[in-house]
Amino acid sequence: MEENIEHSIKQKEVPSKFREGMVASLPIFIGYIPAAVTFGLLAKSTGLTLLETFLFSALVFAGASQFMALQLIQGGAGPAQIVVATLIMNFRHFLMSSHLSTIFPIKEKPWLLPFLSFGVTDESFAYFSTSHTPMGVDFILGLEYSAYAGWVGGTVVGYLFGNILPPIFQASMGIALYALFVALLIPEAKKSFSITIVAIIGGLTHSFLTWLKFFSPGWNIILAILIAASAGAWIVDEEENQ
Amino acid sequence: MNNIKIIIGMMLVTFLPRYLPFLAFSRLNIPRPLKKLLQYITPAALGALILPGAITAIPDYPLAATAGIVTAIACSWFRGEISLTVFLSVIATLVGLYFSGY
Repeated sequence: MEENIEHSIKQKEVPSKFREGMVASLPIFIGYIPAAVTFGLLAKSTGLTLLETFLFSALVFAGASQFMALQLIQGGAGPAQIVVATLIMNFRHFLMSSHLSTIFPIKEKPWLLPFLSFGVTDESFAYFSTSHTPMGVDFILGLEYSAYAGWVGGTVVGYLFGNILPPIFQASMGIALYALFVALLIPEAKKSFSITIVAIIGGLTHSFLTWLKFFSPGWNIILAILIAASAGAWIVDEEENQ
Repeated sequence: MNNIKIIIGMMLVTFLPRYLPFLAFSRLNIPRPLKKLLQYITPAALGALILPGAITAIPDYPLAATAGIVTAIACSWFRGEISLTVFLSVIATLVGLYFSGY
C-alpha cells in the first residue's frame, strides 16, 4: 500500500519536472522564433517545398548549418559538399556533448540518450553547462523539446505566413540568443577571474579568425573554443604549480 | 529528391557529433587530457558564441546590436533573471534601431 502511494507521488513528479524544463526554455524558445521564421521564409524563396522545409528543421535541428545549406543549394552545390560543410560546421557539438556527458545523468534511462543528445544545441548547452543544480532526464527533455517545438513551429509559420512581426521587431529579436548567452555567462564570470579570461580569449580568438577568413566558419569556432579552453587548462596548471 | 538526400545526410552529420560522446562516455572514462580541456569548455564556448556574432546580429546596425548586448551585460551583472535580461536587451536593440532610422 505504501509503495503504491510512493508510486503515485512519483508519477505526479515526472510531468512537473518536464514542465519546469519547459519554463526554463522560454528565453530559448523566444530567441528561436525570429531565426526559425527567417529560415522558413528563405527556404521558400530558395524553392524548397513546405515538406522539405519542415523536415529540414525537424530532422536536422541545427540553425547555422541550415542557413548555410540554403546558401549552398542556391549556389548549386552538390549534396556531398553540403553534408561535409555541415559536419565541419556542427562539429563543435562534439565538444559540447563531451562536456554534457559529464554532467547529464546518462546512467539513468540509457535508452533515452539518442533523444537527449538530439536536443543538444548551442543554447541548451549554454543553459545546462552553467546550471549548478543536478538535472533529471525529465527536466532536460522538457527544456530541449520545447525549444525544438519553437524551432520547428517557427519554421512552418515563416514558410506559410512570412514575417508575422513588423520588420523592426523581427530585427531587434535577433539579439535575443546573444543576450541569453550573456545572461548565462556573466554569473559564471563574476565567480572566477580565470573563467572571465577564458571567455574573453574565446570571443577575441573567434573574432580574429572570423576577420581573417582563412578557415571556414565551422573551423573558426572549433579552433577558438579549443584555444581558449587550453589556455584555461594551462592557467590552472600554473596556479597549481605555484 | 536532391533536397531529401541533403536533409538525410545533414541529419546524420549533425546528430552523430551530438550523440557519439554520450554513447562513448557512458561506457568508458574520459581520457585525462580531454577532461582537463572540458573543464573550461563552457566559458570558452560562450565567449566564442557571443563574439563576434553579437555585434553582427543585426546586419548593418552594429550600434543597435551593441546597445542590446551592453544592456544584457548590465542587467545580468545586477542579477537580473535570464528572461528579464533577454527582454530588456531586445527592447534596447529596438530603441537603438529606431534611433538609427531603421
